[in-house]
Amino acid sequence: MRANTGRRYPVLGMSATRALVNALLYTVITAWAVVAMVPMIWTLSSSLKDTAHVFSLRVEWIPRPALWSNYQELFVRLPFVRYVANTMIIVVSNVVSSVLMGSIAAFAFARLRAPGKSFFFYLVISTMLLPSQVTLIPRYVIYNWLKMVDTYWPLIIPGWLGGGAFEIFLFRQFFLSLPLELDDAARIDGCSTWRIYLDIIMPLAKPVIATLAIFNFIWAWSDLFGPLIYLNTMDKFTLPLGLATLRLNAEKSSRWELVMCGAVVSMIPPLVIFFLGQNYFVQGIALSGIKG
Amino acid sequence: MEAIAVKRRYRARGLGKRRTREAIEFYIMIGPWVLGFVVLTLGPMLYSLFLSFTDFDLFHAPRWVGLGNFRYLFFQPHPLSPFWKSLAVTTYFTFFAVPVGIISSLIIAMLLNAKIRGRALYRTLFYLPSLTPSVANALLWIWILNSRWGLANAVLRSVGLPELRWLTDPKLAIPSLVLMGLWGAGGNTAVIFLAGLQGVPSHLYEAAEIDGANWWQRIWSVTLPMISPTIFFNLILGIIGSFQVFTSAFLMTDGGPEYATYFLVLYIYEEAFKKLQLGRGSAIAWILFIILLFFTLLQFWLSRRWVYYEGEAPR
Repeated sequence: MRANTGRRYPVLGMSATRALVNALLYTVITAWAVVAMVPMIWTLSSSLKDTAHVFSLRVEWIPRPALWSNYQELFVRLPFVRYVANTMIIVVSNVVSSVLMGSIAAFAFARLRAPGKSFFFYLVISTMLLPSQVTLIPRYVIYNWLKMVDTYWPLIIPGWLGGGAFEIFLFRQFFLSLPLELDDAARIDGCSTWRIYLDIIMPLAKPVIATLAIFNFIWAWSDLFGPLIYLNTMDKFTLPLGLATLRLNAEKSSRWELVMCGAVVSMIPPLVIFFLGQNYFVQGIALSGIKG
Repeated sequence: MEAIAVKRRYRARGLGKRRTREAIEFYIMIGPWVLGFVVLTLGPMLYSLFLSFTDFDLFHAPRWVGLGNFRYLFFQPHPLSPFWKSLAVTTYFTFFAVPVGIISSLIIAMLLNAKIRGRALYRTLFYLPSLTPSVANALLWIWILNSRWGLANAVLRSVGLPELRWLTDPKLAIPSLVLMGLWGAGGNTAVIFLAGLQGVPSHLYEAAEIDGANWWQRIWSVTLPMISPTIFFNLILGIIGSFQVFTSAFLMTDGGPEYATYFLVLYIYEEAFKKLQLGRGSAIAWILFIILLFFTLLQFWLSRRWVYYEGEAPR
């Protein structure tokens, strides 16, 4: 943690003020990072305590005894295996559909000529500004009318119908950066449009595919509102909905350590995905940020 | 001669044919999106506009009430009109959370953009909280901010400060949610800022340094103008996001205490899905939509005056 400015400012030389500024910089940023980590560490710690230690006025960072059996209880006594499996159904469908349908539409916008193209593209962009609450109630009425309430269809269908404006936007941005000669050369070789999409463009789009798969995984994994509105039967609950229900019950049964276990379980997959695809992730946020 | 003309005409027709086929393929490929747009966006929008003028409980046919819902929302007898209360709460939260969030994320991004060792590690540490699912986020903060057993009060106790009723004091509930939002979303905003900062060409700083600009002048005259598109983007994102707060209010405070966290979307949810007042819920949703549209357009208008886009010719 030593401030080392001399190496980076060889011409200016190392001045005392600069060393001081750097020391201050490291102190501030380290303190801030610690504060950012504390809530997660505290959650993990609470999840391993027994009830008596959870409700204690003394701050204990390392739980003694560490009860890993809390997790066992969460998965065995409570239906959390079920919740995780249910969530995965929706997650997998949304990841596949948004990448597939988003890239197909984006391919058309980026690489095909057609009258009315820019009109439709503006339409895609304009839906990004639309708050989901406006369509919330009518969608519910429609799904209710189709007898799809308390099924996963309302949570799955939107992904398959177009794959989302954000996905189309990001894919299109990437496809535009690829030279059009690729398509022309392939056409001369007798490739159909679908072959060009599948065999030439998509293999080049791996970074965008990874980015959007990661984002959609995390969105679908974390969503509470959709499942809350559409799912009624406990057997069908997703992890966020099951956790929300657990919180309401914990108030009566005072088993906060189990609630914390649930929180930890729901935090882990996004973290794993993040560490696996960190580079794509940062790129994706930057890309969406700059181009937005 | 004739042969060439025929050939040319043939080629033109061939090209036209290809163009037509390309257009057909275009519409096949965007077909699912267009279907989704009509069935899941445009249709529902119009239907929800219609519903906002009706009394509808899902089981009986919608009954036309004209401006009844809006009259109910706007002119509800006091003392407590949930609509005005929720609008006030949401606006207060937005004007509190968005500037605080933008400034603190910008500071973090600038610290991360400084030439420090272990930048990747720090960036990761700041970003990790943004990955917490909203439900887990709400649960862990309920626990930390619990006025009796929570960590926050334990810290205050240990340094001899009075304990706070973070979530149960009507005056403190919104600031507590702002704090929590800072933790939960700050990393995301900071990463967007960081990308913006890294796009500022270093020769501008060098030029400023040669001109004798101090660090504050460099920030004020180089950094901020250069990243103004990013600031603008985060501003829009922040406002839209904070007008749609739901999970924290739903799980942590249930709109309370004394309606202090009764956000608009929570109000929509309760009217529509608890009381089955779908007409009234649609009316609130449309008001929310118009507010967000207003903010977005206002910011687009403002951005033309103070946002600097590189390489863009003045119009």
